[in-house]
Amino acid sequence: MIDSKYFLKGFASIKGVGSPAIALGASFIAIGALLKNIGFTIQESLFSTFLTYALPGSLVMAESLIIGSSLINIFIAVWLVNARLYPMTVSLMPLLMHHKQPKWKYYLSCHFIAVSSWLIMKDNYEPIKKEARIDFWIGIGTATWSVAIFSTFIGYIASDFLNRDMLIGLAIINPIYFTCMMVGAMKTIKISLSIILGAILGPAFYFISPEWCILFGGFVAGTIAFFIGEINDR
Amino acid sequence: MTGNIFLVILITSLATFLSRFLGVVSSENIKETSKIFRWFNCLAYSTLAALIARIVIFPSGLLSEIDYLVRLIVIILSIGLFFITKKNLVYPTIFSAIILTLFSSYL
Repeated sequence: MIDSKYFLKGFASIKGVGSPAIALGASFIAIGALLKNIGFTIQESLFSTFLTYALPGSLVMAESLIIGSSLINIFIAVWLVNARLYPMTVSLMPLLMHHKQPKWKYYLSCHFIAVSSWLIMKDNYEPIKKEARIDFWIGIGTATWSVAIFSTFIGYIASDFLNRDMLIGLAIINPIYFTCMMVGAMKTIKISLSIILGAILGPAFYFISPEWCILFGGFVAGTIAFFIGEINDR
Repeated sequence: MTGNIFLVILITSLATFLSRFLGVVSSENIKETSKIFRWFNCLAYSTLAALIARIVIFPSGLLSEIDYLVRLIVIILSIGLFFITKKNLVYPTIFSAIILTLFSSYL
C-alpha cells in the first residue's frame, strides 16, 4: 500500500543540519503554551494541531477566540490566512501524481501540506522516481505532523515554566525559519522575483485590506513574477 | 471537551482543509510541464512570502510587543548567519530566539 522504503526516506528528512524539527517544534511549543493560556484542555490543544496543522491558522483561531468572534467570522479569518495552501497544493500535487497510485493517498496526504513539509518536498522530490514520490511525501508529512503534535504537548505542559520573554523568543523562530528557507529557495529568477515581490506587496496591500493582503499581494506578485520569468525563459 | 471549543477547532480545521482539498481536485487536470503549473508555483512562493512578511511587519500577539526595527535587525542578522553557516537552518533560528528573548528581558 505504502512503499516503506520511500516512506522512511521521507520520514528521515527531519534529521540533519537542515532539519525543520527544531524550528517547527519551537513554533508549536509556543502554540501549546498559547492554547493553554486561553483555556484549552490538553486534549483540545492536541486535537487542534492534529486536525488543523497550520500555524498561522491556529494563531488566528486563538486570537478570534480571545476577542469572542462568531463561528462564521472564525471560518472566514482562518480560510483567508490559510488560502495560500491552495496554490501550494496545486504547485505540489502534479509532481506527485502517478496513475498507478490510488487517489485516496493524495486526498488524505494533502492534510500534511504546510510550509515546512512543502519546502522540504520541493527541495528533494527530483531524485525520487515519480511513482514513489507520494510515499516519500507521506513520510515527510507524517514526520513534520508528528513533531507539531508532540511539540504542542510539550508547550502545553511547559507553559507554566515559560515566561513572557521566552515566549517572545519562541514566536520569532517560525518567521525566521520560513524566511531562511525562502531565501534558500531563491534559485531561479521566477522564484526569486515571486518571493521578493510577495514580501513587498503583501505588507503593502495591508494598508488597503489587512484581511485580504496576503491573497491580493501574493496574487499580484506571483503573476508579475510569472510573466517576467516566462519572457526571460524565451 | 467543551462544545464551543470543539466546534471552533472543527471550523478551523474545515477552513484549512478546504484549500488543501480544492488544491488536489484542481491538480488532477494540471500537468507539471504546463504554464498554469508554473504560474501556480509562482503564486505559492509569492503568497508564502507575503504571509511571512506580514507576520514580521504587522505581527499580532507577542511579537507586536517588540519594536519593528528590532525585528528587522534580528531578521537581517539571522539571514546573514544563514549564509555564514552554509545555509544551516538551525543556527539562525536558535540565534534569533536567544537574541529576542534577551532583548525582551533586558531592554
